[in-house]
Amino acid sequence: MPIDLPPSERMTSGHLACPGCGAAIAMRFVLKGLGDRVVMVIPACCWSIIAGPFPYTALKVPVLHTAFETGGAVASGIRAALDVKGDHETQVVTWAGDGGTFDIGLQSLSGAAERGEDILYVCYDNEAYMNTGVQGSGATPEGAWTTTTPTGSPKATRKKDIMQIMAAHAIPYAATASIAYPEDLVRKVQKAASIRGTKFLHIFATCPTGWKVPSEVSVGLARLAVQTRIFPLYEVEDGERYTINVEPKGYLVDAYFKAQGRFKHLTAEDLERIQERVDHGWSRLEALARIA
Amino acid sequence: MRRVVEGSHAVSHAVDLARVRVISAYPITPQTHIVERLAELVADGVLDARFIRVESEHSAMAAVIGAASAGVRSFTASSSHGLALMHEMLHWAAGARLPIVMAEVNRAMGPGWNIWADQTDSLSQRDTGWLQFYCEDVQDVIDTILIAYRVAERVSLPVMVVLDAFFLSHTYEPADLPEHADVDEFLPPWEPVEVLDPAEPRAFNQLASPEFYMEFRHKMQQAMDEALAAYPEIDRAFAARFGRTHPLVEHIPAEDGARAPLALVTTGTITSTARAALAELRDRGTPVDLVKLRALRPFPQDEIRRVLGPYGRVAVIDRNLSFGYGGIFAQEIRAALSSLADRPVVYPFVAGLGGRDVTPDTVRAVVDRALDDEPPGDILWAGLKE
Ligand SMILES: Cc1ncc(C[n+]2csc(CCOP(=O)(O)OP(=O)(O)O)c2C)c(N)n1
Ligand SMILES: [Mg+2]
Repeated sequence: MPIDLPPSERMTSGHLACPGCGAAIAMRFVLKGLGDRVVMVIPACCWSIIAGPFPYTALKVPVLHTAFETGGAVASGIRAALDVKGDHETQVVTWAGDGGTFDIGLQSLSGAAERGEDILYVCYDNEAYMNTGVQGSGATPEGAWTTTTPTGSPKATRKKDIMQIMAAHAIPYAATASIAYPEDLVRKVQKAASIRGTKFLHIFATCPTGWKVPSEVSVGLARLAVQTRIFPLYEVEDGERYTINVEPKGYLVDAYFKAQGRFKHLTAEDLERIQERVDHGWSRLEALARIA
Repeated sequence: MRRVVEGSHAVSHAVDLARVRVISAYPITPQTHIVERLAELVADGVLDARFIRVESEHSAMAAVIGAASAGVRSFTASSSHGLALMHEMLHWAAGARLPIVMAEVNRAMGPGWNIWADQTDSLSQRDTGWLQFYCEDVQDVIDTILIAYRVAERVSLPVMVVLDAFFLSHTYEPADLPEHADVDEFLPPWEPVEVLDPAEPRAFNQLASPEFYMEFRHKMQQAMDEALAAYPEIDRAFAARFGRTHPLVEHIPAEDGARAPLALVTTGTITSTARAALAELRDRGTPVDLVKLRALRPFPQDEIRRVLGPYGRVAVIDRNLSFGYGGIFAQEIRAALSSLADRPVVYPFVAGLGGRDVTPDTVRAVVDRALDDEPPGDILWAGLKE
């Protein structure tokens, strides 16, 4: 099935991503969805490296690299400056990892969202601190191996629900997206760009290196995450109107977990427990979508 | 226009005079009056700027970094714990070569909680790449904010304008508030070299390998040197327009044409106390010269050597402490003087920590001890309870 995406390319070859990097795929699609009036803010994350060292850059948009926890605040400052210069058209886009969003940058993101800053905040979620060598983050799922949640005691707690946190800010638009659903992803970028106020995009981005999977399964695994209802694709408008965008087949989670080295220690009971949680999460989401 | 102004409001009005366009700040005692007045000026449409009400000082500095990166004159203010929280972003602002100006109200660091004057907060930020200017009185505050933008934009480095908690931040004094038209001529709009611009996409602050990093740092040092070299000319331009001068090292001899046996070095509001105390001592037959030091960075080493070198004795009063060493300005002064073959004996006093009053009595005690045959030592406590 041919996919229908804008032909523009604002990411060049020669970038420094690992083979199969979901974050690189996500960036390419997001840039397709944005026009050429964009300023991008990149707090510390894999993309601090991927974009290339001085004097090179792999992006054809202006980029302000910044400190790890400042994605929300730096974007707010740029927005204010563009506004006082009379430029209300340029999109200010923060591009942050899950660590920079769920954990260390949550405070400045929350501040920006509460103030209703007119920015698009994109979190590409590879479920750990990958830049620094696969340490556990607030986005690391239950049961996962990382270097700080080693196999002997893998992550015991659940992944933080960042979408609920953002919905609780009652921002006009929050959506999940996946590198396996580029048309849905690009549509969401375009929709976000058409809305004034704080927009949040949570993109599932496989990390073959950190998840211990072959690079060629990157996109397939992301699709499986959607189809198993582990990472459903949905939108939340004004913090309350939920819309599910892709109806998952509802495969059992086993296939997703068994494909990844980071989960290889999980037992049948672990998977049963996780299946229950996923089922519960899905029915909750369906209920929310029904209210809307 | 001459008005009675509070030190904090002097900052706010100077920021208005400088036509700052983006302000971001987070409240902390005793900086609050600065940002409250600024928020009012913006809300009332007097100052055509955006005020970003962030959720922390770290974000305040991050926000003005974003704004300045887009080429807009920006301002923030903080103090003590707020400044400490900003620390990472201070490096970022300087390394990104952004001419941000920040008012920093000198307040003690906890624990225990103490909101009173103490310079250890700003001095702890010495190596971040910021210029630091210390103010004596309300007029000094107004003038220094204006001078700070001119210096910052000249050399592409951020400037901290430092004022003592309460003794200056909450003190009302008559001061001259310049007219917008005059300030506009002294401080024309900032013309940034490179800004975030979709029409010219560039990457800023990206990875800098060992191949490049050291040259970036060398350029920052050159910018500091340039600030030192350009300062007298900027100060002259300021004096020509406003009739006041603010040298980095101000030499105030007790008696014209004579050199006293002792020079006393002070910073901030202690200088005003010392002016009065030393005038009285002179009238009683004990001349002591005063040296008001205005800058921590760039440190005016040559000027310090030129002014202090010929003295037999130099006393320094530090309202700050580097634990395990002593007073910080004294340390800098001793280091600068060390290259002279024939150099004064330095008496490094620590006084007034956490807002303890430094009174004319304290100054007289310091002078007595330095003129007496007390061994100089590495740290001399003044006003410490037994
Ligand atoms: C204040 C601070 N603490 C720690 C770091 C080190 N650090 C840089 S990137 C990173 C991990 C980023 O993780 P995430 O946001 O998930 O992005 P990813 O690397 O996975 O793409 C860490 C811990 C830093 N740069 N700044
Ligand atoms: Mg990550």
